[in-house]
Amino acid sequence: MSRTSVPSNAGADGGGTAPPSRGRTASAGRGAGRGRRPRPLVRFLIRRIVTALLLAVGITLVTFVLTNLVPGDPVAANLGQRALGDPAIVAQWRADHGLDRPLPQQYLMHLEGLLHGDLGTSQQSHRPVLDDLAGAVPATLELAGAAILVSLVLGVGFGVVAALRRDRLSDHVLRVLSLVGISVPTFWLALVAFYVFFFRLQITPGSGRIDPGMTPPPQVTGLYTVDALLSGQWDVFSSAVGHLAAPALVLALYTIGLLTRFTRSAVLEVLGQDYVRAARAKGLPGRVVLFRYVLRPALVPIVTVAGLAFGSLLSGTVLVEAVFAWPGVGQYAYRSATTLDLPAVMGVGLVVGVVYLVINLVVDVLYGVIDPRVRVS
Amino acid sequence: MKRGGLFARARVNRLPRAWRRPLAVAGTAVAVAWIAVALAAPVLAPHDPLAQELPRLAPPGPGHWLGTDQLGRDILSRIMYGARVSIPLTLLLVALSVLVGGLLGACAGYFGRWVDETIMRLADLVFAFPTVILAMVVAAALGASLGNAVLAVLVVAWPAYARVTRGLVLGVREREFVLSGRLLGFSAWRSLRVDVLPNITGPILVLATLDIGTALLLLSGLSFLGLGAKPPSPEWGGMVAAGVDVFDSWWVATFPGLAILTVVLAFNFLGDTLRDALDPRTARAIKERAL
Repeated sequence: MSRTSVPSNAGADGGGTAPPSRGRTASAGRGAGRGRRPRPLVRFLIRRIVTALLLAVGITLVTFVLTNLVPGDPVAANLGQRALGDPAIVAQWRADHGLDRPLPQQYLMHLEGLLHGDLGTSQQSHRPVLDDLAGAVPATLELAGAAILVSLVLGVGFGVVAALRRDRLSDHVLRVLSLVGISVPTFWLALVAFYVFFFRLQITPGSGRIDPGMTPPPQVTGLYTVDALLSGQWDVFSSAVGHLAAPALVLALYTIGLLTRFTRSAVLEVLGQDYVRAARAKGLPGRVVLFRYVLRPALVPIVTVAGLAFGSLLSGTVLVEAVFAWPGVGQYAYRSATTLDLPAVMGVGLVVGVVYLVINLVVDVLYGVIDPRVRVS
Repeated sequence: MKRGGLFARARVNRLPRAWRRPLAVAGTAVAVAWIAVALAAPVLAPHDPLAQELPRLAPPGPGHWLGTDQLGRDILSRIMYGARVSIPLTLLLVALSVLVGGLLGACAGYFGRWVDETIMRLADLVFAFPTVILAMVVAAALGASLGNAVLAVLVVAWPAYARVTRGLVLGVREREFVLSGRLLGFSAWRSLRVDVLPNITGPILVLATLDIGTALLLLSGLSFLGLGAKPPSPEWGGMVAAGVDVFDSWWVATFPGLAILTVVLAFNFLGDTLRDALDPRTARAIKERAL
């Protein structure tokens, strides 16, 4: 990807013979005489942001094309039986919604709508999809955030242990466990966890985000745990954490498996390097060698995988939220998909696609910050 | 007797070392067992998978080893027949992904320029979505059916093969034997078929084996969401979904889920072993340990 995009972007960034205004400002602070081109990090950032913007437009194109693929007629879905019988009303409705214009023009109208925050109207709730999603996003962010936190701590921890204890019993056990983690169907595990821990053992609270009789904390962030802490409501906080634990753990299992495997191989790769051997040979304590010499370079591939893992977490929310009745984007997507509420499904696709894009952009940038080689190449 | 023993040991030693590890043996055994179940389901299944008999929601016991569902259908028989739906479809799906992704990736790598740009930007676009979300969106747009679910998973699965194949073709394209083929007057297609493709199949096979598990998870996930197999069909994901409604009858959802888990696990064990066997660094480590 970068191989082909480098020359075109280097030209666009003010390289070559064009007046190098952006290049000069970028390196002016350094007072460098050869400030013809922006610094590598700036160029790297610009390239990544432009790619992300193009992909965002691509996402809108994909959802638009898919919406127009549908055999069902939007007119029939939105107008009542009597209105459908009147050709004049149908024609008027089609004209009002731009359906009588050619597809490219409809796409431009669709884009314009999107820029104004118009994601269409859900056929189920008869509310704007954007409003529906705005209510659901914080719940999903809370769940996915908790899951990624658990996955990072446990996944990286297990991976480091497996690498350091290579070929011992603990390494083999972790290997099998991580393979099980990536092989379990999430929707099934959610059901089993709900049945065992709630229904049988009654350790975890039931579905939803807090106990039924409780009032949600005053909204600041929309994340119940954080909001409860901010308002000092400890009972709400403990209820929210209790409700969060089971779905977050179920959701995290796949990413824990993924991160364990990648961390193990990344750490093993670094452990074999000469500089690690040198650090050990000069008598540095094991902890210093591990944190300063091994983990930092190993973090580079781990950060990339964590970004990808977030994508699978977002996918997993669709399957987990449905089982735990967690009122987030996943459950909304599940309901919309099962009732074939297309505007809602496309809205979810669009919003989740863009969120994933932003996360990947952040990961890419982090990657460039951690490893200077990436932004130069 | 003694000769037989020696002979057996000699045969075992001829197996590549990676294949003698317990995970590889377990993976192969489970995968072969499931394929056998799928083939022999009509003989093995104790009941008709669609026959509705009393008692409904019977717990596991003699007569119905894994119990019955809310319509009184035998779950063991449905799982066995389900193997005939899920396993061939998954294999077909992966084969199609390899074919479509491999062909597009090979074209991108071999022809370069605008062909490469178009195909790889399309792949980037697919990568911009989380897989289940895109598959769900595509399946919802096409309409709920098993065929459309396969198509939806194909849409999200091909780019991985396109990327890997493109990279491999780029590595092989400039090699001397490919160039000499072209100098001998091979057409682009013949050169791709005769010189390039045979040299890149190994890594693609590993990817495909590792992908079988993922493909089954995606496909059964779509069925769980109601976007795949239609109700009477004994598809595993759909069977788990049926268990959501009858929560206290745990057996309805548990056993089909275990079927999915064991198949995915078996193919992941196999893929892991294949990768270790083909990756020179790990292969060397195994060899050193074995010596």
